Amino acid sequence: MYDFAYHRPDNLDDAANILKINPEATVLAGGMTLIPTLKLRLANPSDVVDLSAIDSLNVLSVAGEKVSVGAMTTHSDVSTSKELMETIPGLSRLAKGIGDPHVRHRGTIGGSVANNDPAADYPAAVLALNASVNTISRTINADEFFTGQFATVLEEHEIITSIDFPIPRRSAYEKFSNPASRYAIVGVMVADTEAGVRVAVTGAGPSVFRVAKMEEALSNDFSADAIAGITLSADDLNSDIHASSEYRAHLVSVMAMRAVNSALTQ
Amino acid sequence: MADDGIGASVRRKEDQRFLTGKGHFTDDISRPGQVYARFVRSPHAHASIGNIDTSAALSAPGVLGVYTGKDLAEDGVGAVPCGWTITQTNGELWNAPPHEVLATEKVRYVGDQVALVVAETLEQARDAAELVSVEYEVLSANVKLDQASNSDTAQLHESVPNNTCFVWGLGDEEATKSAFNRAKHIAKLDLYNNRLVPNAIEPRVALAERDSGDDSCTLYVTSQNPHLARVILSAFVGLVPEHKLRVVSPDVGGGFGSKIFVYTEECAVLWAAKQIDRPIKWTADRSESFLSDAHGRDHLTHVEMAMDDDGKFLGMRVDTTANMGAYLSNFASLIPTYLHGTLMQGLYTTEAIYCEVTAVFTNTTPVDAVRGAGRPEATYLIERIVDESARIMGLDPAEIRRRNFIPSDAFPYQTQVALEYDSGNYGPALDKALSTLDYKNFETRRANSETEGKYRGVGISSYIEACGLAPSQVIGSLGAGIGQFEAAEIRFNATGNVTVFTGSHSHGQGHETTFAQVASERLGVPIEDIDVVHGDSGRIPFGYGTYGSRSLAVGGSAIVKAADKIIEKGRKIAAHLLEASESDIEFTDGNFTVTGTDRSKSIAEIAFAAYVPHNYPLDEVEPGLDESAFYDPPNFTYPFGVHVCEVEVDADTGEVSIERWVAVDDFGNIINPMIVHGQVHGGIAHGVGQALLENAVYDESGQLLSGSFMDYCMPRATDVPSFEIGQTVTPCPHNPLGVKGCGEAGAIAAPPAVINGIVNALSSLGVTHVEMPATPQTVWQTIQNAKT
Ligand SMILES: Cc1cc2nc3c(=O)[nH]c(=O)nc-3n(C[C@H](O)[C@H](O)[C@H](O)COP(=O)(O)OP(=O)(O)OC[C@H]3O[C@@H](n4cnc5c(N)ncnc54)[C@H](O)[C@@H]3O)c2cc1C
Repeated sequence: MYDFAYHRPDNLDDAANILKINPEATVLAGGMTLIPTLKLRLANPSDVVDLSAIDSLNVLSVAGEKVSVGAMTTHSDVSTSKELMETIPGLSRLAKGIGDPHVRHRGTIGGSVANNDPAADYPAAVLALNASVNTISRTINADEFFTGQFATVLEEHEIITSIDFPIPRRSAYEKFSNPASRYAIVGVMVADTEAGVRVAVTGAGPSVFRVAKMEEALSNDFSADAIAGITLSADDLNSDIHASSEYRAHLVSVMAMRAVNSALTQ
Repeated sequence: MADDGIGASVRRKEDQRFLTGKGHFTDDISRPGQVYARFVRSPHAHASIGNIDTSAALSAPGVLGVYTGKDLAEDGVGAVPCGWTITQTNGELWNAPPHEVLATEKVRYVGDQVALVVAETLEQARDAAELVSVEYEVLSANVKLDQASNSDTAQLHESVPNNTCFVWGLGDEEATKSAFNRAKHIAKLDLYNNRLVPNAIEPRVALAERDSGDDSCTLYVTSQNPHLARVILSAFVGLVPEHKLRVVSPDVGGGFGSKIFVYTEECAVLWAAKQIDRPIKWTADRSESFLSDAHGRDHLTHVEMAMDDDGKFLGMRVDTTANMGAYLSNFASLIPTYLHGTLMQGLYTTEAIYCEVTAVFTNTTPVDAVRGAGRPEATYLIERIVDESARIMGLDPAEIRRRNFIPSDAFPYQTQVALEYDSGNYGPALDKALSTLDYKNFETRRANSETEGKYRGVGISSYIEACGLAPSQVIGSLGAGIGQFEAAEIRFNATGNVTVFTGSHSHGQGHETTFAQVASERLGVPIEDIDVVHGDSGRIPFGYGTYGSRSLAVGGSAIVKAADKIIEKGRKIAAHLLEASESDIEFTDGNFTVTGTDRSKSIAEIAFAAYVPHNYPLDEVEPGLDESAFYDPPNFTYPFGVHVCEVEVDADTGEVSIERWVAVDDFGNIINPMIVHGQVHGGIAHGVGQALLENAVYDESGQLLSGSFMDYCMPRATDVPSFEIGQTVTPCPHNPLGVKGCGEAGAIAAPPAVINGIVNALSSLGVTHVEMPATPQTVWQTIQNAKT
């Protein structure tokens, strides 16, 4: 690591102020991505602003038709929340499949969504469940939020405060993990929502994306058979030592069908 | 003795300190005035080195020295040697280019070291290392094993035409040719034995200190064999005379072979400690371990088996290209030759065998021994071609093995490839494994899996290994630059407790328990009164350390010999004290007794008399009770066994799950069953890792793509089933304990068992081979290819 100043404010205003005064500052949530980056000397922030003392970011509540998850809620808290298991079991199961116990007890939903790793799980849930991302200054709809590989519409230093998930009729996430890291090689979230059936795919492309053809087919007939013949073109998909783009395209179909079956049995 | 002697599952003595965080690993040691080293490593796989500007680094805060290869050369520092000379098929000697401690003209792999920075703190050393500016002229990289020896491939070493280190052969080429001419059936396979990163939990560490008072040096280092390290550092690299160098390898957190070798980093740190006269510590970070710990395997092989109409093996032909990496690591040349070619007989009566190995240099991390070292590669290709032979003959894989096993009455058995198997009895191991698995009813289980949409397969692997390295004269005649006896000293203290000094080294194997059990059984001293000391050239006799499953067979035998000397001397002392004739003294359970009487002295009383020799036969024996012995084995030992696994394949995703694993191993006599089971478990997990998960992959420019645990997949507990472990016992006939060695067996047996299982599962789809690691993508792709 290079030297940096460390801050641990206990309210959002202080956090925002420190960030404003220090243009080279960065926000620290669970540190599961940031700390390794610092240790490998791949980042050199002047200041690190740790959000862990801001209690308002660490809440999970069900209010009417939506579940609101604070940005600092850990994957472990999401996966074990009773309210969530009753309202959006697909989301708690997704959180349960992130990384390993260490990562789940440190990593946060805000950090994951802000980072928009192409292989992260949460972006699929945010997009498929038609969630909205609340920040310190505005609310952003899922369809506008993710813009590309490790890229979002967040402004420099714009802190995510919480994410609101409308409760779907049913939803499920199926993931094919990278055997080494446990990130998604392909993850598919299928959700039957107020806004229609939504299918979001993570891991396969540079950033999370929806599959219109599958959504259409499932709107007419919410069954695995309905999408059995639908395959993605491998052209725009990722390819690496673990999975070629053709293999990823194939896995999207397999995982989507499994997700539909899983949603139907919940 | 039954409670803690030979055959008892004594809890490991060393675990008290390991489980309570009281182990003493190299990085736990800090010396007064200690400073820190950081290496400047090449980011390129292949480049000429131009100017190296160290001025900015030298003036950075806390910096004590910045050194390049030039500085070492000017001081006469030698290259790190490879200790096994190879004579090629054409009668010429191999091409063995030097491995400089710090590269001077060229860098040859990503991670190659070009400079060493020493500073007061580690962070200062890291900061300064970033300030060293090295001019590189990047050259094209040679990373493809199958193209390495082409004349138009980038050439690594000036003295090595076509990057070819050697072409070596073993066996009878003519006889093999004629066997193939007579053959009714020929099976053929092309296989790749994937490259492994050893990944011990503890990274490598070196802490070097000079004592200017007597001009001696101490090197604390994560080594599997401190004396060998001392010889290499003094005689070859020329850093410190042997008598002025103490090498200490304290608790070592796993080695798997990768810590056998003397690495350039250790040499550089030791040299620098002499320059600045401060203790210097270097601790590899995990990224450095991935780049610079010697890797394992990486063989490309074409194999053919010739058979008669009954599926009897008439001849086998093997053509292997072995990757040496960028430089020759200490034993690199040994692995694909005398630890690989010599195993080609397997468990079978194959009448003629010829194995040819071409060793090549590439712009990759040096390759050397990793758990099994050559024997997993041999076993993999043999057991795969045996299954392929069964397939083309339409024979059951178990049946073709039975037909070709060396019969139990044929031992000692002279193989076609130099070794003489001392003992063996293979049929019972196969029978036991198959009956434990309920092989008979496998097809029912296959059908059950099918109803769930899964493909189920069964895979057999029957292996043999040559362990207990090694008869010094034999290996000397084959090119070894070293001997391989083992040493032991048993020192009774005046109060009757015992310290056993061994030249063997434990880095997870449990010597402190097993060796104490051996001494306890022989001497009749309770195990809690015996401590085993290893790993410090300043305390132990000259030994050759631990690798090649040699510790108990060779090191344990040395302990037995030393114990026999103790008893012999004790008998003389007892005869004097008991006023009896020496021939009337019996020794049992720790007591010297006059035959037929109840007059007796305990061994503790004898020890006391030896250290306080008032009433003592001084004209006959010297005071003290302290004996040492060296044991050089007459032959290797030959553990064998049969592993059988059942796998299920999900054809939709290509995922493989291992449902059952039955291992029947023959390690000869067993001292501590619990420890042996632990070694077998770990070995199988290691082998499953190779078969399904682990792969060191380079891109075309020579960057290691699987350079961290995010991409290099180690086996986890959930990747293996609960093992079902059994034994047959065929004692080794030539060592006093009748033991053979067990540390590598699982890693040798497992890969072909897994792959044979997968191929068996997918046979109905027309799949005849799957490459390792059989990752979901590879399996899925193999299924797609078979469909078209
Ligand atoms: C071994 C391992 C395995 C993993 N496996 C998975 C997996 O299977 N699936 C998966 O989805 N993820 C996985 N992860 C990632 C993990 O889930 C974390 O969620 C992720 O690293 C980011 O969350 P964090 O809280 O650790 O964020 P940090 O590392 O603290 O921060 C990440 C980035 O987000 C920014 N940031 C953090 N919080 C906010 C905020 N509230 N507002 C704005 N910006 C913010 C930071 O400045 C930083 O740039 C894995 C990580 C590891 C180390």
